[in-house]
Order: sequence, then structure tokens, then C-alpha cells
Amino acid sequence: MSLPTDFALAVENLTVSFDGFKAVDSVSLYVDPGELRVVIGPNGAGKTTLLDLICGKTRPSGGSIQFKNQELVGMAEQKIVRSGVGRKFQTPSVYPKLSVFENLEVSVPKGRGVWGALFFSCNQEVRQRILEIARDIFLEDELETEAELLSHGQKQWLEIGMLLIADPELILLDEPVAGMSVNERGQTAELLKRIAKGRSVVVIEHDMNFVRQIADRVTVMHQGKVLAEGSMDKVESDPKVIEVYLGH
Amino acid sequence: MKSFIYNKALGGKSGTIGLAVLAVILLLVFPLAMDNFRLNLVGKYLSLAFVAIGLVLCWGYGGILSLGQGMFWGLGGYCLAAFLKLEAARNIAAEAGSDQINALTTVGLPDFMDWNQITELPWFWYPFKSLPLTLILVFLVPTVLAYIIGTAMFKRRVSGVYFAIITQALCWTMELLFVTRQGWTGGINGITDLRTLLGWDIQDPGNQRILYFVTSLLLLGCVVLGRLILGSKLGKLLVAMRDTEGRVRFSGYDVANFKTFIFCVAAAMSALGGAMYVLNVGFMSPKLVTIEPSIYMVIFCAVGGRMSLLGAVYGTLAVSFGRTYFSESFPDLWLFLMGGVFILVTMVFPLGLAGMVDRLTGLVASKASAATDAPGLETPVSEPVSPPPA
Repeated sequence: MSLPTDFALAVENLTVSFDGFKAVDSVSLYVDPGELRVVIGPNGAGKTTLLDLICGKTRPSGGSIQFKNQELVGMAEQKIVRSGVGRKFQTPSVYPKLSVFENLEVSVPKGRGVWGALFFSCNQEVRQRILEIARDIFLEDELETEAELLSHGQKQWLEIGMLLIADPELILLDEPVAGMSVNERGQTAELLKRIAKGRSVVVIEHDMNFVRQIADRVTVMHQGKVLAEGSMDKVESDPKVIEVYLGH
Repeated sequence: MKSFIYNKALGGKSGTIGLAVLAVILLLVFPLAMDNFRLNLVGKYLSLAFVAIGLVLCWGYGGILSLGQGMFWGLGGYCLAAFLKLEAARNIAAEAGSDQINALTTVGLPDFMDWNQITELPWFWYPFKSLPLTLILVFLVPTVLAYIIGTAMFKRRVSGVYFAIITQALCWTMELLFVTRQGWTGGINGITDLRTLLGWDIQDPGNQRILYFVTSLLLLGCVVLGRLILGSKLGKLLVAMRDTEGRVRFSGYDVANFKTFIFCVAAAMSALGGAMYVLNVGFMSPKLVTIEPSIYMVIFCAVGGRMSLLGAVYGTLAVSFGRTYFSESFPDLWLFLMGGVFILVTMVFPLGLAGMVDRLTGLVASKASAATDAPGLETPVSEPVSPPPA
């Protein structure tokens, strides 16, 4: 039994192996409440797998994941979500045949049971909340648009919005600005800073300029292990990091 | 409240018109235009449309393709047939008195049991002595079976083609069970010679007309129920699950529960159809429970348009009429002709009859607007893109 801590997320000695290949190898990571952590690293470093482990998509072979002192390992995905962890996937996953409004409505954290969903009423309060989120994610003019018609960047925003509407305490974002224009990246950086208030965020990202804009602290992963951790300046000047990732 | 009924249950303006058209066809046009024999035939077809409506919900919207809906349809039918059979046996006993020779059977026992040396009513036949209990069991037995299958499969995340194959296998098992347990089920002959429901003659032509109307009204009721489900948040979740299941799971929903629910709803609707079938034709046979009719039911749904509740009804009628017409006119070729129609539908109209109608009304609307609007302004007609079947 580990002692209670102040961390929002405490990952300890987390390991997963696929047929003997250790995609994540004794990783430990501690995220404070309100912190915005960025995880960087070359392809195949195990970044996405790390997020998969935290949100329950993949079962670890060993180690522990504590969210607000609650063990997540072994919990069903939907229970992890309900305890306050939101996950955005690398390729934007929204509901293509539903409108932006409906995408958000379906993500409202009420009526999550079968009967609850059947008798869920989209009342004024819910509507208000959806409009509020839509404004946050720059989609208030697209409410009636079918999600499959949105641009790639807008889909990324929509998925972030779908997380936000559930008001999670920990958000896991996998490459949120992939496929976005420079302009959209700027807007997204603003958005992330805004949503990071009062909750912890873990972001995987490759765009170093973007990382510099948003990160409180940076964790560098390489071959399933944590290579370095600290502020952006510290990490950037780390010779090991330069060697494997940033290049000379 | 009024607007709730209008928007949700009737589906707004276009939905209300569609429902009204179908109601007029079923309740006015057919009864006026057809003789008793044909109308009874339509009643028989319509009892299959219940299954097609269920498939629109669970396959079209939920993405769960079941090739074994005949199983639920059949169970519903068998439950009601059991009640009618016991009544028939009681009637025979009443007419013959206590004379076993006259009754040709053990008194009060269904004839097929007697033929199979069963001298006492099996315990699971007892509930079918009471009509209220039977009516409950008509829904309960298939729904509980669907719940068990659904929970077992969906919790383990069995989906797509694997699920389809398993339902088909179960369906076949069910037929075997009904055929081999002759003494309990009537075997390959099924349960036949059903004449009265609480003394009311179901073979009488006038009463068959009444049964036709009851079937039609219940079918329209199922359409409205389907609309209510699809109009709720659960309906949107079904579409969401079909296209992006992972996202739904990571929005805090237990996906398996929702799949099981819609599968149960489809099963219950099928069961109602099975029961209406028995009333319309007066018998139940294991040949109706098995794979072939189950696949026909999927075809009804595909031809009608798997995203359209009303389309399912038209699809059932069109294919069934086509089947009757082709087999009467081209006895040697009719299977090939039916096959050709199905290939044509899947290739040309992936969204079925409903998709065709949408396209036509879309074209008419765009022509009308092109005539009034500035020329050269193109109205985008969205191409029907068929969602993946699983």
C-alpha cells in the first residue's frame, strides 16, 4: 500500500510488454494538480502506450497508476472516465454522423446508464453548457454541422470539447495540434492554457514551439523509459535528449 | 407535451407525413383493394416487418448485425402457439367428453404429445394455460434470451461478423432443438391446427380481417416506439457507438449495456411479430425459426433501407410480394430473379428504398429551388454513404 500523496497522478514502475517487447519500461511520472505536463520523445518511445495504460485501454504487466490516490490499474475504462480522467485520441475520434451539438450532447456526463440515456432531457441548463463549450472550442457557428464535414483541426477541437463538457480533473491529450494550421495552433495553445486551470493535463506533442508555449514541465521518453524530466530549458540543454531526439 | 409527441414520436413534419402515408396504405388502401385471402397474406408479411423494424434499430443504428432474429420471432410465435394449442386440445376434449377414442388423444393434451407417448403435460407448458402469463412470456422468453446472448457477447467485445456468425449458429441450434424435442414442441411439423383464441375463431375470414388491422396497428406502434428510442440520447449514442465505439467508451459509457439493450428491444419486437404471425396463419413451424427466414429478415431491412423504420415495412412488403409474384410467374427462375434484385439493390441503392426516396425528394427539392433561385447555384445533394455494417 502506498501512502496518500498530493499528486493528481502518480505513475510508478509502470511496465507493459507485448510479446516480450517492453513498450513502457518501469516508467514513473508524477503530475501535480493544476500542472500541464508535456511528454515528448521519438516515434515508438511509448508515449501513446503510456496514455493507453492510464486510461485503461491497455492493461499493464506491472506497476501502479494512482489518480487522486485511487488505483486505476484493473478498473474498467468507463469507470476510470467517471472518476475524472478524460482522454483524447491521436486521430480525432468524433461521431461523424452526428452534428457538433449532438456530439457534445452525447458527451454530457448525465444519463450514462441505459435508462438514464433513454429518458435524458436536453434541458436549458444542458443546452447552455453545450453552447458555452462550443464557444470555448471555436465551434459556436458550426453547431448544426455534421462532424464528418469539419476540418481536421476542428475535429481535434471538437474532441477536446467533448472531454471538457464532462469536466474531468485529468485530461490526457494525444497530439492535439497534429494537422492544424499555424493559426489554429496558436488558438489551441490558448485553449489548453485556459482549460488547464483547475485541472491537470498531460499532453503528447512533437511540435517543439507549441511545447514551449504551453508546458509547465516536460518529460522526455525514449525506448519505453523516461530519459529526462524538468523545465523546457533544462530538457532542451540535456545532452542525452539532444542525442536521441532533438538532434544537433 | 404536444410538441414532444410531435417531434419525438412522430418525427416532425416529414416523419408525420411518412407515418400517415403508411397508415393510410395499411389501414385503408390494402383493406379496400384486396380480397380476404390477399389481405391475410399481407397480414402474414407484416408480422415479419416487426423483425425488420427491430433490425433497423439494432443493425442500421446500433451496427449490430444479427443473422438470427428468426430465433426471437419464432420463440414469440411458439409461446402464443402453445397457448392456442392447449385451448384447441381443451376444445377437442370438451367436444369428445371423456371418451379417449373420440378425442383421439389423451384428454386435454396437445395431439403431438400423445403421438410421442407423453401422457402428462410437461411443467414448462403449464404457464401457457393462462393468457396473461402467455402474453408476458411471449415477450419475456425472447428478451431474456437476447439479454443472455447480448451480455455474454458484448461484455467480451464480440462484434461485427463474429457476432453475426454466432447468432446464426444459435438460430440453427434453436431449430434443431425444436425439431428433435418432438414431444414438447411438435417437432418438424410444428404446432398446427390452431383455431380459436379464447373461443374467438381466428380462421374466420371476418376475424382474420380484424387480425390484419390489429397487426397493422401494432406495427405502427412499433415504428413510433422506434422513433422515440432513436430520438432520445440513447438513439444518438447508438449511432455514435456504431461509428466510433472507443470514443463512447472513453466518454464514460458501458458500451455493452447499450448494445444489449437495443438487441433486447429488437428481440421483443420480433417476438411480437412472431405472435401476430401465429394468429394470422394458425400454425407455427420450426422452419420459420431457422437461418433462411432470419436472412430474409435482414434482406427486408436492407432493401427497405436499414436507416429507416418506415423503409423496413416497405422493404418487407416489396420483397415478400416480389417473392410471391416471382414464384407464381416464374417457378423455375424465381430464386435467381430474387437474387438479382438483391444484388441490384446493394450495388445501386445501398440505402435501400428509403435512400431512393430521399434522393428523389432531394432532387425534386433541388430542382424546385434551382428554378426559383439564381441559376447556376448548385445545391449539394449528399451522396448516400453506407456506414460499415458493423
